[in-house]
Amino acid sequence: MATKLEPDLKATTEPKLSKDEVLRYSRHLIMPEVGMDGQLKLKQAKVLLIGTGGLGAPLGLYLAAAGVGRLGLVDFDVVDFTNLQRQVTFGTSDVGRSKLAAAKERLANLNPEIQLDTYEAKLTSENALDILRPYDIIVDGTDNFPTRYLVNDACILLGKPNVYGSIFRFEGQASVFGVPGGPCYRCLFPEPPPPGLVPSCAEGGVLGVLPGIIGSIQALETIKLIIGRGESLAGRLLLFDALALRFREMKLRRNPDCPVCGDHRTITQLIDYNEFCGIRGGEAAAPAVTVPEIEPRELKARLDRGDDLFILDVREPHEVQICTLNGYLIPLGDIPKRAHELDSSREIVVHCRSGKRSAEAADFLRKAGFRKIWNLKGGILAWSDQVDPSVPKY
Amino acid sequence: MSVKILIPTPLRPYAEKNESVQFDVRTVGEALDLLTGRFAELRQHLYADDGRLRSFVNVYVNDEDIRFLQKEKTPLREGDIVSIIPSIAGGLL
Ligand SMILES: [Zn+2]
Repeated sequence: MATKLEPDLKATTEPKLSKDEVLRYSRHLIMPEVGMDGQLKLKQAKVLLIGTGGLGAPLGLYLAAAGVGRLGLVDFDVVDFTNLQRQVTFGTSDVGRSKLAAAKERLANLNPEIQLDTYEAKLTSENALDILRPYDIIVDGTDNFPTRYLVNDACILLGKPNVYGSIFRFEGQASVFGVPGGPCYRCLFPEPPPPGLVPSCAEGGVLGVLPGIIGSIQALETIKLIIGRGESLAGRLLLFDALALRFREMKLRRNPDCPVCGDHRTITQLIDYNEFCGIRGGEAAAPAVTVPEIEPRELKARLDRGDDLFILDVREPHEVQICTLNGYLIPLGDIPKRAHELDSSREIVVHCRSGKRSAEAADFLRKAGFRKIWNLKGGILAWSDQVDPSVPKY
Repeated sequence: MSVKILIPTPLRPYAEKNESVQFDVRTVGEALDLLTGRFAELRQHLYADDGRLRSFVNVYVNDEDIRFLQKEKTPLREGDIVSIIPSIAGGLL
C-alpha cells in the first residue's frame, strides 16, 4: 500500500543530524519538549534577524547555538566603542569593523553547522520584501520607528510572524506579531510618536543587560514558534521593568480597523515609512529650531581674548560628572522656570552634548526676549574634536 | 474609587519623575484629567491637538486595553491599576 511506503520515503528525504550535531545538541535532544523532532525543525528553520546590535546580540548567539539551520542578518553599521557595553557579540578588536562581518565570524565560530546569510543594507520599502521572503520567521531588533513599521507591514504582507522586542533605558517590551488571527504592531500602536515627542538623548541611554534579557526572550519565542511548543507570547504584550525587576503582561487583540491586518485593509503594499513617521528627507531627526550658532574654535578664541561670555550648560547633572566646559548648569527641562537666573544683558553661549538640546534652549530664551544668545555648534562632541581632545566624548 | 496610575519611564520627566500616582476617580477619563491637570506637560504627550488620546500611547486598566473596553468612559473599581504604555523603538541602540 502506498501509505505504508511513506515513512520509508520520508526517512530518506528528511534531514538527519550528524554524529557531531547529536553531541552538540544533546541537551536539547534529551528533553522531550525539544527532542529529535524539535531539533530537526530547528535545523530546517530559516530566521531573519533585523539588526545585530543590542537585541541582535543574544538573538544571534542563542539562535545560532540552538541550531537554527539558516540565519539571516541585516545591518549596515560599524562596531564602535559605545556598542561594547551591551552588544556582546562583539569584542574590543572588532571596533571599526562591519557589524555583519564581525557577527558572522563570531556566530560561525559558535556553530559551523548552520548557514549564515548577511545583508549589508539598510532595510527599505524597496528591498524589504525580497530580503524577508526566504525566511519563516522575522525577528525585529531595530532601533527606530520607520523600520519597525516597515518590518511589521512587510511581515503582514508576506504572512510571516514578527518576533518583537524593544527597549528604553531600563524598560523593555516584547511580543509576537503576525501569527494567523493575532494582532500586529500597528494593532498595538497605530501610529508612531511625532519626532518632536521622542525622548531626547537627555533621557536616553540603556542599561547594558536589558537588551540581553529582552533579546533572549525574543530568541525563546522564536524557538517556541519553530518547535511548536509552549504558549506563545502572541496576543500578549510583555513589559519588563529592570529596576523594579517586574514583569507585567497586557492583553493584545487584533484591531478590526487596523489598516494593514484589519478587516478593511488600506495598506496593501509598502509605503514611505520616513514620511509616515514624520521624518523628512530620510534624516533621523530634523532640526526643530534654527538659532544663531557659534563654532567651537570661535568660542575658544573669544574666551582666550577674555570676552565676557556666559556659558550655559543645559545637560543633566549626571552628564556634568562625565565632562564639563565649566558652564552654569540649568537642565533643558528647567529652563522655563529658571530663566530668571540668567542675565539677558550678557552674551550667552548655550551648549549640551551634541547641540540639539541647547538649540531648543536657545530658541526658548530668544522667544523669551534674550537677544545675545548663541548655540555652541556640535556641543561638547565638537568641542572635543576641534578644541580640546582631552574632553571625553560620550 | 482609589486607583493607581503607573507612569512609564519615557513620560516620567513630564510628571516630576513620579513612577505612579493615586487618584480617587470613577472613570479612566477622570483619572487622565486629574493626571494631566497635575502635570501640565504630560498633556501634550498624551493628547493630540484635537483632544484625542495619541495613538502611540495606550491606556490599560489592569491588563485590558481601554480601546476594547469603553475607552475614556471605562469605569474603574477600587484597587484598579491604570497603565500608560507608550511605544518605544530602541533595540540596536
Ligand atoms: Zn494590525
